Amino acid sequence: MTIGLEHYLVLSAVLFCIGLYGALTKRNAVIILMCIELMLNSVNISLVAFSSYIVPLLLTGQVFAIFVMVVAAAEVAVGLAIILAIYRCFTDIDASKIDLMKW
Amino acid sequence: MGLAAAFWIMAVVVVVAALGVVFLRNVFRAALALVLCFITVAGLYITLSADFLAAVQILVYVGAISVLIILAIMMTREVQQGSPSNRMKLPAFIVAAVLLGIMIYTVTKTSWQIAAESPLTPTTAPLATKLFSESGFILPVEIAAMLILATILGAIVITREK
Repeated sequence: MTIGLEHYLVLSAVLFCIGLYGALTKRNAVIILMCIELMLNSVNISLVAFSSYIVPLLLTGQVFAIFVMVVAAAEVAVGLAIILAIYRCFTDIDASKIDLMKW
Repeated sequence: MGLAAAFWIMAVVVVVAALGVVFLRNVFRAALALVLCFITVAGLYITLSADFLAAVQILVYVGAISVLIILAIMMTREVQQGSPSNRMKLPAFIVAAVLLGIMIYTVTKTSWQIAAESPLTPTTAPLATKLFSESGFILPVEIAAMLILATILGAIVITREK
């Protein structure tokens, strides 16, 4: 059985949903960031799969994946900085207790 | 054949590692599972003949982002009593399962137009021409550089002691 585009897309969907479940349910802010990284990685897998199966000579999907990586690195740097600042302020990173701006 | 076996092994490993990120009680072990997940995703890029992206994945994710995450876990280690869930467990599970069902249904029902050519194998030089040529993506590359600069400044300003 040869591996087709659908296999990669289904794998990416499974990873995305695991990450989504974790990001919605976890209370530790660092774990939430880790789950968001998981979701970004799954999107990258599907972009690269599209690139190599549908437009194999254009590489646009891989270029897009590179930009996703850039934004993911920026996001994790700022996100962890915010988490450390919150930890210094509240000595806690429980996302359900940080409700200062909650309506 | 070998490619199929590699894909199936890595698919199982990456899903198990992702489940470990979500369900392991110890935060540090969850971070290690995330590192395993990143490495396996790099292997999946190799099976998709995206060699440059696999190297970038190892360098950026396994080398930099995981170190940042582990650093944050170490610096907030007094509060980590496992990784408890909130009260939204069941609704979140339903949302994730429904989304997964919709995505798998859509993916398997769509007839993709698979190209006949085999993909370019050393992708580094074509990617460089794509990124840096006049008709390519040079403007987004410059904007990404600005974004990284703003990120560095923002992270320094946010974490600096008053």
